[in-house]
Amino acid sequence: MTIEVRNLVKKFGSFAALDGVDLKVDNGELLALLGPSGSGKTTLLRIIAGLDWPDSGEVSFNGEDALARGARERHVGFVFQHYALFRHMTVFENVAFGLRVQPRAVRKDEAAIRARVKELLDLVQLDWLADRYPSQLSGGQRQRIALARALAIEPRILLLDEPFGALDAKVRKELRKWLRSLHHEINVTSIFVTHDQEEALEVANRVVVMDKGRIEQIGSPDDVYDNPATAFVHGFIGESIVLPVEVTGGAVRLGERQLNLTAGATASGASRLFVRRHDMLVGPPGSGAFDGAVQHVRNFGPVQRAEVSLFGGETIEIDAPRDKELRQGDRIGLVPRRYRIFAG
Amino acid sequence: MSAIATRRRTLPGFGLTMGLTLSWLSIIILIPLAGLFLRTLELSPEQFWAILSSRRTLNALRVSFGLAFAAACVNLVMGSIIVWALVRYRFPGRRLFDAIVDVPFALPTAVAGVALTSLFAEKGWLGAPLAALGIKVAFTPLGIFIAMIFIGIPFVVRTVQPVLQDLDPEIEEAAGSLGASRWQTIIRVILPSLGPALLTGLALAFARAVGEYGSVIFIAGNLPNVSEIAPLLIVIRLSEFRYADATAIAVVMLIVSFVIIFAVNRLQRWAQDRIPVH
Repeated sequence: MTIEVRNLVKKFGSFAALDGVDLKVDNGELLALLGPSGSGKTTLLRIIAGLDWPDSGEVSFNGEDALARGARERHVGFVFQHYALFRHMTVFENVAFGLRVQPRAVRKDEAAIRARVKELLDLVQLDWLADRYPSQLSGGQRQRIALARALAIEPRILLLDEPFGALDAKVRKELRKWLRSLHHEINVTSIFVTHDQEEALEVANRVVVMDKGRIEQIGSPDDVYDNPATAFVHGFIGESIVLPVEVTGGAVRLGERQLNLTAGATASGASRLFVRRHDMLVGPPGSGAFDGAVQHVRNFGPVQRAEVSLFGGETIEIDAPRDKELRQGDRIGLVPRRYRIFAG
Repeated sequence: MSAIATRRRTLPGFGLTMGLTLSWLSIIILIPLAGLFLRTLELSPEQFWAILSSRRTLNALRVSFGLAFAAACVNLVMGSIIVWALVRYRFPGRRLFDAIVDVPFALPTAVAGVALTSLFAEKGWLGAPLAALGIKVAFTPLGIFIAMIFIGIPFVVRTVQPVLQDLDPEIEEAAGSLGASRWQTIIRVILPSLGPALLTGLALAFARAVGEYGSVIFIAGNLPNVSEIAPLLIVIRLSEFRYADATAIAVVMLIVSFVIIFAVNRLQRWAQDRIPVH
């Protein structure tokens, strides 16, 4: 199933949750909608599911207008952040729900329903919990049951709204891997919403970065990390050092100091320089674009994180490998191995 | 028991609170009830039976319990709809309507009785048009029924409201996206989740209606065998100094009410076990 979204606009009062969004999702993709809260990612997901309606714009599934149908007719599996399991039903009945409410003409008989539920519980590896109630399960188990329930109706599209947002870090990591392998197995076109960049980069085939109701960048996980299209994406994905610089005809200046960097196509004027922490290479003083003094050093596993005050006055944090030891008070030069300059 | 009592707690209050609870409940509830039973012992079983099986007593009990149950059922349905509107929608005047629900709680029952009677009397605002249709409300069992609905409504609304507030609207969306129609969502998802609260509301509204005296006697007309409620018959017997008769009727009311409340309680427990609290 392919999904196409064209020029979608949705306002809540004067707040534009979606401000002209265009998106194409290919068949069998596992797509992440990544953005801070309020970026419109959940609203977009809910409109695709039929749980919300846009003010204007189009949504189509395989070229067919989806907005003409309600949630019930769209055949979309939806997984909620807080599971939304039916607490008065056993795990088994929760998963069977979508099969039991089908119109009589197409409804499976009891034996077929049982077989299908068993199959789904096996798929999420929780068949031994069939007779429990949702309140007796852990968060991770609940979310897997919610997923099995959504898959029961053989959805054409699977939508997950911050599926691991309510879980603790360790369970979240396990479920990420599990979701990816599950997607590989069932191969349903899937979109999941997350504000966790690591989750998006690890699980998805393609990542859509959103901010303030607009799409900032669409690309592979490597793409959005290595070639951020906008200042927002650079700042949001991965930790960045941001320095205010002045661009004049391709030359870059930080305060009074001319930097040994090229601005490329960036227009002249006030700009911002973005560098990943680990892309700042340490050398002898005077050797690089910046000079500074080490203020403070802490070790973080494989790297040492140093706070460096630049002679221009700014203080930045860099990650350096631990083989070359830094000490407080050291004077060093810094060369950005990769950097981007964005106007504004 | 001793294990509970002797285990160290942060707040050492078990002995004190337990003692107070038991003595207070005994003084306030158990001893008066025991007195009631003792009083009926003055009657021989034959006398007791004769009082109960008299036409007037049976009719009074039938009127009280029958109408109370019918009124509680009406309150269950209407109360659920009111709760739904109050919890799920935002409309102008919502807070006002929410406060109005409590009026029957706070109003002195005699005031309610007088108000309802004048409203439904043959010349009243509602009584007159209804009389034109040939429906007589005041001074008939129908009047009792209406008074019982009036006093019972807050019990259903106030017991169901917090539970519905707790019920995540997402489960309705989940049901919808799984293909359930609105009707299936209500029947299979919402009502079962509210089940225990609905039962409690029903039981409370019923108990209140059975015991209601003040508002009912004004509108009832109090015609023996037709619109005479059991509590009124008890008062009549007392004013005739037939204390044993009065207590006999009271004991029957007590036992029937207790059995019903107990049954509802069991039912509610059973329903709650199926929805363990999380």
